[in-house]
Amino acid sequence: MSGLIIDDVSMTFELPNGGKVEALKNINMDIKEGELLSVLGPSGCGKSTLLNILAGFLAPTDGVMTLSGELITSPSPQRGMVFQHGALFEWMNVSKNIGFGPSMKGTPQAEIDAKVEELLDIVGLQEFGQKMIYEMSGGMQQRVALARCLANEPDVILMDEPLGALDALTREKMQSLVLDIWKKTGKTIILITHSVEEALLLGERLLVMAPRPGRVLKEYRLPFAEMGVGADLREVKQHKDFGPTRDEILNMIWDMEEEIMGRAEES
Amino acid sequence: MVQEILDVLGTTFWMVIGIIGIFCLYLAVSGLCYFVHNLYNRGRDKAKGYSSLKTVTFGDESSVVATRAASIAAVITLFLFWGIATGSKILPIGLPGPFVGDTSFEYTATNAAGDTADATVFVRIHEADNKDAPTPEVSGDGGLSFAKSDVILLPERRTKIIKVQNNDEGGKEEGYKITAVNGQAISPNQTVPFSDGEVFMTSKGSLSVRPATGVTMEALYLPPPELVWKRFGNLWNNGYLGVGLWENVFWSLIRVVIGFALGCLFGIPLGFAMGLNSWLRGWFEPIVEFMRPVPPLALIPLIIIWFGIGEQGKISLLFLAALWIMTIAARSGVSGVSIAKIHAAYSLGATKRQILSNVILPNSLPEIFTGARVAMGVCWGTVVAAELVAAEKGAGKMIIAASKFQLTDIVIIGIIIIGIIGYGIDVMMRIAENKLVPWKGRG
Repeated sequence: MSGLIIDDVSMTFELPNGGKVEALKNINMDIKEGELLSVLGPSGCGKSTLLNILAGFLAPTDGVMTLSGELITSPSPQRGMVFQHGALFEWMNVSKNIGFGPSMKGTPQAEIDAKVEELLDIVGLQEFGQKMIYEMSGGMQQRVALARCLANEPDVILMDEPLGALDALTREKMQSLVLDIWKKTGKTIILITHSVEEALLLGERLLVMAPRPGRVLKEYRLPFAEMGVGADLREVKQHKDFGPTRDEILNMIWDMEEEIMGRAEES
Repeated sequence: MVQEILDVLGTTFWMVIGIIGIFCLYLAVSGLCYFVHNLYNRGRDKAKGYSSLKTVTFGDESSVVATRAASIAAVITLFLFWGIATGSKILPIGLPGPFVGDTSFEYTATNAAGDTADATVFVRIHEADNKDAPTPEVSGDGGLSFAKSDVILLPERRTKIIKVQNNDEGGKEEGYKITAVNGQAISPNQTVPFSDGEVFMTSKGSLSVRPATGVTMEALYLPPPELVWKRFGNLWNNGYLGVGLWENVFWSLIRVVIGFALGCLFGIPLGFAMGLNSWLRGWFEPIVEFMRPVPPLALIPLIIIWFGIGEQGKISLLFLAALWIMTIAARSGVSGVSIAKIHAAYSLGATKRQILSNVILPNSLPEIFTGARVAMGVCWGTVVAAELVAAEKGAGKMIIAASKFQLTDIVIIGIIIIGIIGYGIDVMMRIAENKLVPWKGRG
């Protein structure tokens, strides 16, 4: 009962002109504790909507979600979130940002300080505690965002394209970091991404979603995340199954994109 | 109506001509200074830094940096223009000023009997501020002839009618008339020049003496810098109308500070309420949107009717001037919080109250500071204008009172001080901004 259960969730937006958009239709998922799940799909497939519902920022029009048996109705520190652009508080320094969650709970300062030190170490920012956010590069900011999320010790970490805005090299390092954190902390991580390679590397389980209506098209069980922990991700990509799986998914997404384009041309 | 509009257009045309003239003169001096500056810098100014290696500078705003030498030269030029135009005595050169000193001219008169005689008019022209100048003495009067010499004393730039016939024998008889000045024939409404000015004959046959005025400006319109400086020392020590210079400035500032503080005190919470609650936004929006474009100066008459001319009225005015600006700044500050930050804070377990004080408030500070800078500028302008209308003390009060007595030097000092303080306020706000919201524009 300790997992995250998505039970027949649907989300329908009503447009001002009376039309309806089915962002999600009958999504069912059972995510076990400690699982690393990546969600992939073309724009408009509802993957961000799904994450926002899981975080509790949106209420679904149908269906329920439970975490450890508790109904999800609003945001909670149990479900931490990492955003694409960090969403850090630039009026605080790095340590204050990381300690934000515990200090809101009223944790004693000494305890927060110890926690922040530990997290700075985990994300590789030992020397940067007193830096201001605007003095740091995009990759470092995402490290802070990760640490800030971990400080609350959430049961589930939701990541909304957290590495999407980073350059290729930084991205690769951050992917290793995410795997490390997953292994070290044993948290459930749900990661949304645009990148097929990233989805393959950072998903024990990978869901490919399709748009109109937003739904799960295919599900994969992959060995790459486990292989990637503590290893060189470039070697993982050389694995004999990696290329074919990537191409299969890419073709699937290509087909979806073409279908969308075709529909757009018809109308 | 059509005529009035044409008059306006005509005036505008001449203004354009004047503005172009002034600009051309100023730019000509600028060009000259630029030439000299480049001559001086030739070979000295070795290319330094990254910017000097840029090949594209025209259109690259970041490579355009104010040349300090140009700024200094420009200010010096302004003071030079001022000094030259007013015939300042501290400058070695200058435009010809008004004639001061002793001069004379001769006139020729014919009496009723048909005799002709000459006499001299001794003219002494003293400086405007030298009220005790002695009347010149007559040297060598007209002798035995019926025409007698005259003396007149007048301040620089002034014109005086002199009835030279009054002391002439038979000067009031029919048939007496003045026929020439310095040997040049003159008749009513004609002008004859003499060495240091000109003589005009009125339609009734009297002489009007017009000493040369030169081309410098009269102190009434623009006093020379040294006079203004002298007056500044005097103002510093003695004040004006029993109120010290800094007392006036202090009172203006204290009004601004109180009005601005009240505006912030009410405007910021109001803006927050409007940014956080739909009903309150709907409730206050009409009045805020209506009051915002109303210039505070337009409220002065109403404020005087309601509150009189005391401090309450002026502070109310400044409060109103700051209130809407701060409200709108705070509101847009709240609207500017990215939803991701709010979501992040909720996901980290913050309550609404914690989000207000830890996320929304600091995130809106840059906007609030921008608003505060604008509000301070508006308040400073408004307080001076309000004091022009009615006040006991204040920078605006000082200059309006001085203008009524044509004390142009005090008016100019007042304007300079008001400008410097306005600039000082903005600089201090910018320093405070850099200290308090260093993350501004870097989010």
